[in-house]
Amino acid sequence: MSDMLEVLAVGLLTTVQDLGRWGHQSSGVPVAGPMDPFAHRLANAIVANPRDAATLEITLTGPMLAFHVARSFAVAGASFELFMDDRPVETDCLLEARAGSVLRFGTRRAGARAYLAVAGGIDVPVVLGSRATHVPSGMGGCSGRALRKGDRLPLGVTPPAATPPHGLTRPTERQTQNVAIVRVMSGPQADLFTADALDALTASPYRVDSNSNRMGYRLVGPTLRHRHGADIISDATPLGTVQVPASGQPLLLMADRQTTGGYAKIATVISADIGVAGQVAPGDFLQFKACDHSEAVAALLVREKPLLALESRGA
Amino acid sequence: MTPLRIVAAGDAALIAEFDDRVDVEVNRQAVALAEHVRAQAVRGVRDVVPTFRSVAVYFDPLHTDVDALATTLRSAAPTKEYTRSTSVIEVPVCYDSDFALDLEDIARRARLDTDTFVSIHTNSEYRVFMLGFMPGFAYLGTVDARIATPRQATPRLQVPAGSVGIAGQQTGIYPAQTPGGWNIIGRTPLRTWRPAAEQPSLFRAGDSVRFRRIDRATFEKIAVTQGDTV
Repeated sequence: MSDMLEVLAVGLLTTVQDLGRWGHQSSGVPVAGPMDPFAHRLANAIVANPRDAATLEITLTGPMLAFHVARSFAVAGASFELFMDDRPVETDCLLEARAGSVLRFGTRRAGARAYLAVAGGIDVPVVLGSRATHVPSGMGGCSGRALRKGDRLPLGVTPPAATPPHGLTRPTERQTQNVAIVRVMSGPQADLFTADALDALTASPYRVDSNSNRMGYRLVGPTLRHRHGADIISDATPLGTVQVPASGQPLLLMADRQTTGGYAKIATVISADIGVAGQVAPGDFLQFKACDHSEAVAALLVREKPLLALESRGA
Repeated sequence: MTPLRIVAAGDAALIAEFDDRVDVEVNRQAVALAEHVRAQAVRGVRDVVPTFRSVAVYFDPLHTDVDALATTLRSAAPTKEYTRSTSVIEVPVCYDSDFALDLEDIARRARLDTDTFVSIHTNSEYRVFMLGFMPGFAYLGTVDARIATPRQATPRLQVPAGSVGIAGQQTGIYPAQTPGGWNIIGRTPLRTWRPAAEQPSLFRAGDSVRFRRIDRATFEKIAVTQGDTV
């Protein structure tokens, strides 16, 4: 089997992700999927993969990978120095690997997570409808875990040759400063907090604590007060939920979150800004900004439009 | 079964909430509403998740009309609760001390001998209120007040797969090895979670469960029929 990608060196954390394991949360199965779904889709779109083809999510420091077969690929999301056979190459564009090419990630310039899409996708086994890795439960991806040196990842069947996208404008805005602005909608349980809590949440930035991961971010900043205590009867925990335990310091629930939780939830990050949240690293800051449903949908359309145009290329 | 209120959880989920208590009747309404929404096959809906007292509906904000979805949730007529079968799911449990890591302790605290504690546990029929915490973990209730025990102050780093625990008025089964804070009173040889199967969990919200005491020999006999452990 030569249609594969070999891991020569691992970065900090590299996992296989597709758009997530939907439809099984009622069995307690976490969705997982990319922390920045827009960057994942952009990388796939450039190589003409379907949007849910599996990519590699590369966190903070990148791996070194060998192509055992000639394939097109693209890297999107966080900005890294990138070298193919020791020559610098660009992110956000269609690249061609020869059989034997080595791709190396260098210094990270901005953002936290890059996505490597290879034409045909990473063809690990499908578990409950998805290839996404959920490390806490050992499900999906490469044996339910992060990649290790020596892993050989099978590649899927190549889609019809990708035409290099013309006039590609960057659909993912890179966070160059270390304060990311993320819009939230109030709720689902804002009424369980004191009247000034939502203002406190949006008044000043929160620092993303070092003890943060794909399940969620611990945020450090103004304390949010509950009216009658933090505990609720456990209910569903959507992506982007700002959950507040008794300490009053919020937790932002991300891709690998559990399906249910027992803390009151003051606000939820809108779909359009999930990728922005996914690109912050521990030590960076999040500045929340309130918005309503129609603003959220308008923002999502703005984010989706260039992506949809790329994805429909040749379709 | 009209929900008390419908709230947005961001632009991609609505939550329909019933009475704020852990109660069989309230949960029955939530499970029935979840079935109703699934049956409507609303455009753009990606997941429907019943919990103790609410239902979360996840959708694609660009393909689902959020107001129409709210109307669908509000207008759900009282219906008979979904049931997969009328039978009760029987779960064999070995309560031997090798498996029952906390049984002696919590029985002593409850001023019961371990046999009485176990017979109280096996004497009730439990409802699956919801699944959550980890893949295939079912929250069962309500346990008899005599054996209800708060969860451990410090969670165990590893609870073995199949462990049966009590936390407050809930009882449940760990489908795989994981850290956890429930008081462990026994172990089932059943594999309750099979991710490769079409229906991966033995349990669904709304099911009824009864525990049956088995000895160690029976445990081993059943265990070999269950295939590889996860």
